[in-house]
Amino acid sequence: STTNEVATKGGVSSTGAPSTAAGLDDGTREALYFRLNNMGYRVGQGLAERFSTNRPRPVTPLETIKFICKDLWPLLFRKQIDNLKTNHRGIFVLTDVRFQPLSRVSVDRRAGPRAAEELVRRAQVYLVFPAGVIRGALSALGIEATVQGETTEIPTATFQIKTKGAKA
Amino acid sequence: MASSKAARIGEDVWKSRTEKINTEIVTLTYGTIVSSLCRDLLLPNTTSSTDYAAVNAELDRMGYNIGLRLVEDFLAKSNTGACQNLRETAEVISKTGFKIFLNITPIVSGWSSDGKSFGLVFEENPLADFVELPDDGRSQEELWYSNILCGVLRGALEMVQMQVDVRFVSDVLRGNDTTEMRVTLLKYIEDEMPPDDE
Repeated sequence: STTNEVATKGGVSSTGAPSTAAGLDDGTREALYFRLNNMGYRVGQGLAERFSTNRPRPVTPLETIKFICKDLWPLLFRKQIDNLKTNHRGIFVLTDVRFQPLSRVSVDRRAGPRAAEELVRRAQVYLVFPAGVIRGALSALGIEATVQGETTEIPTATFQIKTKGAKA
Repeated sequence: MASSKAARIGEDVWKSRTEKINTEIVTLTYGTIVSSLCRDLLLPNTTSSTDYAAVNAELDRMGYNIGLRLVEDFLAKSNTGACQNLRETAEVISKTGFKIFLNITPIVSGWSSDGKSFGLVFEENPLADFVELPDDGRSQEELWYSNILCGVLRGALEMVQMQVDVRFVSDVLRGNDTTEMRVTLLKYIEDEMPPDDE
């Protein structure tokens, strides 16, 4: 409903801070990632608690991951996760081929392959908060996991979920 | 521009030209930002006493950086021209600006006698839904929870040649009866030619 919405332009980028992240030294970048990830965790936890109430509680890890792909992701990014892969031993890989926070970044093609590499590096920071959201939502639904967001080709993003006790 | 026109544009843009997100995501995310600032910005030589003045200032600064950019989006979407006077500006802020981005229309009220300052009374505030301030005996006196909005207005108005002072004067989160922000016009910024510009 329109009464329950506000406007958005995308991810968590409005303060302008992330765009400078690539220029930070390793220690600062690590502290930034840690903070963003934990903020995402808290948001994910809250969202999962809020939006899983009116549906049957997922009983298997796969059902829980599907909740993330089909219910949580559209809330956040207005589309579902495009692809879900699992090794059936605790590892899941979620792929969003048009990840909204990366959907409008551009690269100066004239600057050659180095510019593209640099861009991928800079884009990394936009995946940290969402990775935290996934981790927080899983935790609220009873699954402890680590979540790693990665992009190798913009605007595609993958999130690797390694649940506790997973075997590679 | 008449108040009704500002409202009509606001409604129209909100319905047809605004990408929307669930409010609770915004509420949760903003709450997380504020609480993380409260954890990080501490009074000197303490381990857990929040420097609320620093939190207010940081929220204002974040809002300012948003406002500087947001005004472009506002102008592009609303397609409004320059306001003739501050009264018109106030109407556009409330009925078009807040409507487009937060789907609320704070009430313009309490004009100062010189006409340079007005209040915006928030009957709803999506940032503050379900929020309670920390029970440390200080936050209710010192923290302006939604202070990011002051920065947004300050930044946005600066980009359209208005230098303003924006601050909250009351907040229901503090136990006040209303949530009210005051906007005071300091001056219109004159266009200056860059030095040595031919």
